[in-house]
Amino acid sequence: MDDIVAQLTEINKRLGYIPRAQVEQLARELKLPPAKVFGAATFYALFCTQPRGKHVVRFCEDAPCHVAGGRAVFDALRTALQIEPGQTSADGVWTFELTSCLGVCGVAPVMMVDDDVYGNVTPARVAEILASVT
Amino acid sequence: MPTEFYRSHILLCNDAECLAKGAQEIEDALVAALDANGLRDEVNVLETSRLGHCATGPEMVVYPEGITYIHLTPDAVTEIVNEHLLKGRIVKKYQFTGEARKDEELRAPAAKEMRIIMARCGVIDPDNIEEYIAEDGYAALAKCLTELTPRQVIDTVLKSGLRGRGGAGFPAGKKWEFAADQKTDTKFVICNADEGDPGAFMNRRVLEGDPHAVLEGMLIAGYAIGAHQGYIYCRAEYPIAVRTIRIAIRQAREFGFLGKNILDRGFDFDVELRIGAGAFVCGEETALMASIEGKRGEPRPRPPFPAVAGLWGKPTIINNVETLANIRNIINRGPEWFASIGNEKNKGTKTFTLAGDVVRTGLIEVPLGITLGEVVFDVAGGIKHGKKFKAIQTGGPMGGCIPEQFLETPIDYENLAALGSIMGSGGLVVMDEDTCMVDIARFFMDFTQDESCGKCVPCRIGTRRILEILERICAGEGEESDIERLEQLSKSIVAGSLCGLGQGAPNPVITTLKYFRAEYEAHIKDKKCPAKVCKKLITYRILDTCPGCMVCARNCPSKAITGERQKVHWINPDLCESCGICMSVCKFDAIVVE
Repeated sequence: MDDIVAQLTEINKRLGYIPRAQVEQLARELKLPPAKVFGAATFYALFCTQPRGKHVVRFCEDAPCHVAGGRAVFDALRTALQIEPGQTSADGVWTFELTSCLGVCGVAPVMMVDDDVYGNVTPARVAEILASVT
Repeated sequence: MPTEFYRSHILLCNDAECLAKGAQEIEDALVAALDANGLRDEVNVLETSRLGHCATGPEMVVYPEGITYIHLTPDAVTEIVNEHLLKGRIVKKYQFTGEARKDEELRAPAAKEMRIIMARCGVIDPDNIEEYIAEDGYAALAKCLTELTPRQVIDTVLKSGLRGRGGAGFPAGKKWEFAADQKTDTKFVICNADEGDPGAFMNRRVLEGDPHAVLEGMLIAGYAIGAHQGYIYCRAEYPIAVRTIRIAIRQAREFGFLGKNILDRGFDFDVELRIGAGAFVCGEETALMASIEGKRGEPRPRPPFPAVAGLWGKPTIINNVETLANIRNIINRGPEWFASIGNEKNKGTKTFTLAGDVVRTGLIEVPLGITLGEVVFDVAGGIKHGKKFKAIQTGGPMGGCIPEQFLETPIDYENLAALGSIMGSGGLVVMDEDTCMVDIARFFMDFTQDESCGKCVPCRIGTRRILEILERICAGEGEESDIERLEQLSKSIVAGSLCGLGQGAPNPVITTLKYFRAEYEAHIKDKKCPAKVCKKLITYRILDTCPGCMVCARNCPSKAITGERQKVHWINPDLCESCGICMSVCKFDAIVVE
């Protein structure tokens, strides 16, 4: 059986997102209607069908982070990035996304920049973390 | 073959790092010293892998005393043989006296804890199958394949009383029995490692710390129901667990525990890893199977149940990581032993993750039937900063919020359900007096409406409507009829949804309405947030004690604070967005929220 989710994961990782042309090509290879593949590509939160910024900032929006002061961190992120979740900055540097629980709630609140996880984040540390990436 | 009798056993670390530091010379010196003292037949020297103090190697452990010696040199081992092994005196200068091994997630068990599932987490090297085998690993599989028929395996699991740890609490043995009864050659075993509940990470810890216990459980399940292929469905948010599982599968294949003709008993079984892509609903079993099949992860109606028609239409059992990790212990130590832990209908231990406002957050393992209060106060050390307990939410985002008067309630499937909550996979979020229950309900609805896959209309639209009403209430625009509206909507969503997500989604709303109704009323009628959380209903004010340090003004993202150095500052209410940053940076407690 072909693992479509795994193949889409690979494309998403390689290109940063899943372009329409890739969806159509995969559908041809698997002899499936493009709508089936597109359906899977748009269902999962980790897949993106739009180009993204150079760095993807993900903030955990779940309860343990929320009760540990996550909202202040979230506000600080919005202020620092000047974009809302789901948006990419005009200069193409940042994409801001929300993520579901990363399972490291012992160090909540938690954010990710690209593949790196940062725990015990405070509003004051946000700028520092973002600066360390660029 | 009988084991020879030795007075002492020495475990000498010979992993790469210790070898590089001269572990071979240490062993030569050790053997020479034993020979010189005529102890060669009384002391058994074993080479072993990492003992855990890599920075201080070469190292060894002397049993039965369990003394660890570090920073070994040939002279040191000669001295240890002369003193410890010959005269029975511990050589203190080489003895390791620090804490055993630092594990930031898994501290030493608190009183009332009981580590069975996590007994090996942080103790053995998960990337080395030999360490698992040394802990009776795969002995249960061997016992099943050589001594028990598949039917006897199922009977053993039935007798143990083990219930599914994924949340629903269905008897594991029954599930296996249904699948075993299906007369077909192709069946599947799926390990559900799509642990998506916010705040729950016990399955991740088991996978990262003891992956072979899960594989062994899958193998035994496969043997019991007559399956030859297993899948582990793990969420992509767990990269370390994914890596650990991959290594474990590879090593199990190399050692012949996976593949053809396992242990020469004619049983074939292999396991493949499938990784999710960020969809909470895929933890629901029918959605999970759709995802493995490469489709959108949407649930489908049951029956048919997966045990009859599951993955690709074939009989399939789907068990949670923890359910499977329990199997080896039940086989090895007997169903009676397992059934002796817990209470009448709830056997064994359960892992939980504690999050929120308790002193000790993190992972715990306790016997089922322990009370909520024992967990909050005895295991987790009570509420942080001396605050008051307000509520505990069990079972993740679809669980209910339980207030103080029910702290004596035993944690088990039936009692939590009676309070309008669920066991779920085991996430516990403790909230202190500063938590606004309307805000919490709003928060969880935000989660479930986002994760609703959209297939069932009541869930897709109903959760959205509830969220809108709650947002309005939190913004001070609630109407008196809103409470009734919330109750009606909740009922419709529960009745009209296919899977556990929709059926459970209104639980936080239903329980907070039931136990904290006064707070809803305060928001709606008095336009006040008693916990001082809802931004639109609170104002920040600077007291006259403000020394004018200007830190708050510099940190205010909305530039709402004005004032000169060494003069009392002022917050402009028209500009203030109630983010609370000023209060968190003020070192003089001069800012209050009202």
